[in-house]
Amino acid sequence: MSLLEIEKLRLDIAGIPILKGIDLSIAQGEVMGIVGESGSGKSMTALTVMKLLPEASRAAGRVTFDGIDILAAPEAAMNKLRGDDVGMVFQEPMTALNPVKTIGEQVAEGIRWHTGASRANAEDRARAMLDRVGLPERQFPLNRYPHELSGGQRQRVVIAIACALSPKLLVADEPTTALDVVLQAQILDLLRDLVRERGMGLMLISHDLAVVAEMADRITIMRHGEVLEAGPAADILAAQKHPYTKQLAHASTHVPEVRRSHTPRPVGEVAPQARMAGERPEDRSRPPLLSIADVVKDYPGRRSSLFRKPEPFRAVDGVSFDLREGQSIALVGRSGCGKSTLARMILALDRPTAGSIRLLGDELSDKSEPQLRPLRRSMQVVFQDPYGSFDPRHNVERLVAEPLHLLETRPDRAERRERVAAALAEVGLQAADMEKYPHEFSGGQRQRLSIARALITRPKLIVADEPVSALDVSIRAQILDLFADLNHRLDVAYLFITHDLTVARAITDDVMVMHDGKIVERGRTGAVLDDPQSEAGRALVDAAPDLERALARRNAPA
Amino acid sequence: MTVFLLKRILIGLVTLALASMVVFAIMELLPGDPARLMLGMNATAESVSALRTQMGLDDPIHLRYLNWVGGMLVGDFGRSFTYSAPVIGLIAERAVVSLPLALIALVLSTIIAIPVGIFAAARRGRAGDTVSMGAAQIGVAVPNFWFALMLVYVFAVWLQLVPAGGFPGWGGGIWPGLRALILPAVALALPQAAILARVTRSAMLEVLGEDYIRTARAKGMPRRHVLWRHALRNAMIPVLTIMGLQFAFLLAGTIIIENVFYLPGLGRLVFQAITQRDLIVVEGVVMLLVASVIVINLLVDLCYALVDPRLRAAR
Repeated sequence: MSLLEIEKLRLDIAGIPILKGIDLSIAQGEVMGIVGESGSGKSMTALTVMKLLPEASRAAGRVTFDGIDILAAPEAAMNKLRGDDVGMVFQEPMTALNPVKTIGEQVAEGIRWHTGASRANAEDRARAMLDRVGLPERQFPLNRYPHELSGGQRQRVVIAIACALSPKLLVADEPTTALDVVLQAQILDLLRDLVRERGMGLMLISHDLAVVAEMADRITIMRHGEVLEAGPAADILAAQKHPYTKQLAHASTHVPEVRRSHTPRPVGEVAPQARMAGERPEDRSRPPLLSIADVVKDYPGRRSSLFRKPEPFRAVDGVSFDLREGQSIALVGRSGCGKSTLARMILALDRPTAGSIRLLGDELSDKSEPQLRPLRRSMQVVFQDPYGSFDPRHNVERLVAEPLHLLETRPDRAERRERVAAALAEVGLQAADMEKYPHEFSGGQRQRLSIARALITRPKLIVADEPVSALDVSIRAQILDLFADLNHRLDVAYLFITHDLTVARAITDDVMVMHDGKIVERGRTGAVLDDPQSEAGRALVDAAPDLERALARRNAPA
Repeated sequence: MTVFLLKRILIGLVTLALASMVVFAIMELLPGDPARLMLGMNATAESVSALRTQMGLDDPIHLRYLNWVGGMLVGDFGRSFTYSAPVIGLIAERAVVSLPLALIALVLSTIIAIPVGIFAAARRGRAGDTVSMGAAQIGVAVPNFWFALMLVYVFAVWLQLVPAGGFPGWGGGIWPGLRALILPAVALALPQAAILARVTRSAMLEVLGEDYIRTARAKGMPRRHVLWRHALRNAMIPVLTIMGLQFAFLLAGTIIIENVFYLPGLGRLVFQAITQRDLIVVEGVVMLLVASVIVINLLVDLCYALVDPRLRAAR
């Protein structure tokens, strides 16, 4: 008999069916990977096991954990179970800890509650657990508060809370999605070791087949509240019998069609269109589209005493590079390496402490806001979160037309509508979508809207900050196609900021690796990703989850 | 933490200085000659002008301002024209009524509001929530003087448990004084409690939707425990803000209640002073109120820092 047995689980939330007859089982010590895109019901399956469902939900079917009928269990019995026999790790480490309680209190609390241990005893055990998850006492005493920890460190605290009492089952819902690849690899290693050394069962939920491939004994593929395919991981991954499984596997390594046939444009070469227009190679001598030289950005540090001047924190440390017209460059690096700060300065949202940033030969860093206006037309931005970057009360026409105020002459209403319609068509949306509001669009469509908004001033450069990392893999492939297509047709240059190397591989000519505020490596995308020269580059490449590699590792004798 | 506090204190002092200038300027602009008012309509122009010189009213404006501020710093708020007594004495006499009244009302409103707000948040959408928030709605809507009259009718006239009004002073012991303050405090506290309960409820609801509440539940903490130990402290920031504003209001915004209960408080003092153009009293009371609001805001800031460790680190 399995540790966890889910049979024909159905779940409605406020009358809307979410789960439609899920069957799933996890044995003692087994790692079950659940893979699915958003809306597949994978998180709700996890919350059903914990019985932490939203108020308006109704569940039917059978969920048996260790002989206990979960759906029928009273709240008091569930309180005994949660945190003791079943632990849970969540997706968002930044918000998963109570900001007003120390990490020691938060780990010890569950220990005291379940075992009745004294405060001192519970704190000793919390200390040992934090040591185990890689938060040693010297740097991370029990009286640290969550805000003093980074995302990866907070996730370690959450894991310490979940594993403190060596539960029989650990439920991990996208435990590494919010972390950069290097942290992701570290956290996955930690989970794997804990599961092994304590004989825990693990329900590992992810949208990323590659992440699950490296960890799971068995895999369940879910979509729209149903199980599409389930079985031993090696079989599922090798055979990819179900077309959807195949789609998931392919989408994560997707390379847009236009780019596959396209030979990377050598540095400094002019765009094909430009060449056709009769320009000559000596145009190479014209200034690059974007030229950055010795850029430094300091932020005021935290004051350690009333009388000492605070030590500044150097976020960007002497960065120089050029970007030519139509070129697509990826800026990769771990979270906190300074890549977003650099992007803000390029977009003239922040001024550098030192150095120069030139767009089309014009210096950005010493211009006033009105002087920047014409330059802003030439560069636009696409952000990560397609939900947060639109005002929900404005319709699409108004949202997409927003950058038009940068033009010298404000277009009249008819012209404005025309331009919006053209921009929407460019990204594969309809002119009729103009009247709609953001909530009427899916995540992928919203990202198309933000690209349309960026295109409306006909920019020469688009800075895209993790533009696809909030999207499901199949949608991500479509958006990458769109980016590649626009680059090809309109000759827009891109600076892609990402920690996801598959994105870099899919649509960029060059990769720059950033580490501790410096650019430590630059080269052709293929060359850098296949054979990184810098230590930071190697760390990123080694940590990136890779389906092929996971399969090879599985097939090799252990 | 020290930096945070020093900065707050400095901001408070600057605010106080600016407020004193504004108060002084407004009093300067108001029509009416204090010397003429004191001496009455029949006084001769010479005696008025002699008094003006004696009172320093003919000095240049910055000198008069500095004199006024300097006086206040050493506790000299000037002399009232109508009471012919030092303003500081008048204020002190009234503050011993108003201050306890405001404190009792604040404590009362807090101990009613916070549990009600938590209760309503915990039973969101159910009968308990609807009933308690309905009651709070009525509490906000009903004017407190009407409420005060009802209290007088029931507890003073009908049950005869407490006096209907007036204040015997603290000379006769604590109890008679307190008895006289109970009804006005309740009348003041209930509408405030209604507002505070609604704020508590919405702050709690917001916090209860946070991820860390789910983490605590996943640890096996019972709902009640999560509510009190995890949610309440995080929900305190907006609640503290409202409490700070309420105390400032309770201290002097109580003219109507003081009139209903015949209490010699600060509200009545300032009301009478305004009707009689006793500007020096008005100035003194206003400055006192400004100072107390600043002190209360300082305390609220301090409480924020106690509640939220992130603010302790902030500069």
